[in-house]
Amino acid sequence: MIETQKSLTDLIVTETPHIKDNQSIKKIMRFVILALIPSNMYAVYLFGIDALIILCVSVLSAAAAEALFQLFLKKPLSLFDGSAVITGLLVAMNVPAGLPVWIVIVGSFFSIIIIKQLFGGLGFNIFNPALAGLAFINAFWPVEMTTKVGNITQTIANEWPLYNISFGPFFTGNINGYPGEASIFLLLAGTVFLLINKIINWHIPAAFIGTTAIFMLLYYAVTEFAYPVAGTLMQLFSGGFLICALFMATDTVTSPITRKGMIIFGIGCGLLTSIIRLWSDSGAVCFAVLIMNATVPMIDRYTRPRVFGR
Amino acid sequence: MAAFKGGIHPSPNKKLTSEKGFSNLSIPHIVNIPLKQHSGNPAIPVVKAGDSVYESQLIGKADGLISANIHSSVPGKVMEIADSGFIVIETDGRFPSSGKTQNKIPWQDFNKETLISRISAAGITCMNGDSFPAAVKLSLQKDQKVDCLIINCIESEPYLTTNDILIKTYPEEIIEGIRIVLKILGTGNAYIGIEKNKSHTIDALEKQIGKNSLKENIKIFPFKTKYPQGAEKPLIRSILKKEVPSGKLSIDIGIIVLDVSTVFAIREACVLNKPLFERFVTVTGKIINKPGNYKIRIGTRITDIIEECGGLKENPVKIIIGGPMCGTSVADLDTPVQKGTAGIIFLSKKDTAGLPQKNYGPCIRCGRCVTACPSRLIPTELGSAILNSQYNLALKMNIFDCIMCGSCSYVCPANRPISSIIKTAMGKMREQKSA
Repeated sequence: MIETQKSLTDLIVTETPHIKDNQSIKKIMRFVILALIPSNMYAVYLFGIDALIILCVSVLSAAAAEALFQLFLKKPLSLFDGSAVITGLLVAMNVPAGLPVWIVIVGSFFSIIIIKQLFGGLGFNIFNPALAGLAFINAFWPVEMTTKVGNITQTIANEWPLYNISFGPFFTGNINGYPGEASIFLLLAGTVFLLINKIINWHIPAAFIGTTAIFMLLYYAVTEFAYPVAGTLMQLFSGGFLICALFMATDTVTSPITRKGMIIFGIGCGLLTSIIRLWSDSGAVCFAVLIMNATVPMIDRYTRPRVFGR
Repeated sequence: MAAFKGGIHPSPNKKLTSEKGFSNLSIPHIVNIPLKQHSGNPAIPVVKAGDSVYESQLIGKADGLISANIHSSVPGKVMEIADSGFIVIETDGRFPSSGKTQNKIPWQDFNKETLISRISAAGITCMNGDSFPAAVKLSLQKDQKVDCLIINCIESEPYLTTNDILIKTYPEEIIEGIRIVLKILGTGNAYIGIEKNKSHTIDALEKQIGKNSLKENIKIFPFKTKYPQGAEKPLIRSILKKEVPSGKLSIDIGIIVLDVSTVFAIREACVLNKPLFERFVTVTGKIINKPGNYKIRIGTRITDIIEECGGLKENPVKIIIGGPMCGTSVADLDTPVQKGTAGIIFLSKKDTAGLPQKNYGPCIRCGRCVTACPSRLIPTELGSAILNSQYNLALKMNIFDCIMCGSCSYVCPANRPISSIIKTAMGKMREQKSA
């Protein structure tokens, strides 16, 4: 038993509340990293040492960029919140496995230093760092981005039956896409994991994917394309679409804060993606979300909920 | 039943005391009775040092329109009237009321003015939250009309269980209290808001309502457990689907909300002529040896309570008067139980993990505070505006619609003390306005 009167000197007096849930930024970031790991492991399994090198270089250079910047400016190190690691992972997932390593490093540094730290660091960046880095790589090295696809080292017995409405390859990964989206199944599993743990909300992915799907279906219907459903699914399962819709558009810093805003944001992303994809060139998802990132303050402003009693 | 939008689900921690019926805490040898236990002016002492007082004797007289009488909670001798606004009484002598059954006064014969004056004389204040003098709340202005009375039986704050035990133990008295208040207000409608999971409590109430054939008048609304369901505005929204307009009071839309413990005290004042000098308090926490629901005399100091409850297992980092979401933390062990003290909670370092919110991180705009805010504000943006000294912006963002429930701070993963920032700014802005 404790002697009461004298020993209670370490009492703290503060404002309310006096209890707190156990959520933290670190924890949230850790969950996102966990959700991304299976996809990355599968990518390494499929693409072999190339993918592993890209992955390591990307993550390490993103982390190094953050640490160097903060050391240089004598700011407190924020490396351990894990957000730089996520940026590195996402960049690695969205570049072809054969991309020269130095391009990855340049991309990671651009993401972290120009897009994130110069805007004020975590919480203050307007654009999603990974997406901006990818846009940067796409803009300067478009040839490398489309030709250095890397070699699939594992063959999974599946041909590529494009319009056979057999989407097995998308789930097991035997397509010439980016390593990170080799398995749609693992991406979806990661998303479910985040949804269950309430790390992300369903609003953005649902609105984003739904809008794109409807737009594509309508387009294929109007243009009397022979396989509208297959075509639409192919749009959704390739070009980094799902990684972006599930893990990058849902970045809380660069997406709206209200539920209504999230839905508008998702619809906007879907429309822009569809339009850019159908009437322009590659990198569609990336630019669509970046453009929508820029509209977030405006969306937030016009979707403020009606205050209680007003 | 559909509740209000927003809110949080902190772990209830009510099991510590939820099965423990009331027991009396022994009378302390010294009580510190504050002269201000209510909103408004402090009471004026009517005794002086050296006077002998008996239990329930008036020792502080209400000063002005909004104030309340203070009574001695023990028989004894006035030691001192401290400048800090306490009357210190040392216990001795006999206890006139203890142990005796008292005759019930037929309150039905009284008119509403008499009932109000009895409540006023007994010094009843609202016993949760604002501590507003009950008699003042029930005295309607000429242009005011009450359509319905809401009895707040909800204990959405974690740890607290007194209301639950109170209703379970005294359902008959509670219903009688409601009838008294209904008579005063001149309305026939009372709604009881209560948590769904308290089925025994609901049964007990329903039985009494049936017995008094009041089914037409008193209706029970069970709600899912969610904090801050027990706050006035969310409660009204949940029961009546009405929102109290911004800047207005519930009475402006014809509603009066009373806490169930206040109703109980009102009944004791009207039926037993007993002033408010003792109350039920949940003394709890994982680190106190004998947590429970105790009947405690007003003015009993925390230090005596710790001793009576078997001492502490480890040093607390916080002692909370009230609930852990809205209560006040104190460091002075001489702090006494007051009329508005529903609970005394001893929290260890583990219970307050993540606090105090000193080294908070940047807002990652996750929107958890937006989802949690029952007033539908954007707490994080409001907080940032204040941190940037943009008080006009804060005003535009409806800072004064905040009900200070603390939900935003509770959920923030960056550990930002949002509600405390907002609360402090509200105080500052009110001061400036009046200056």
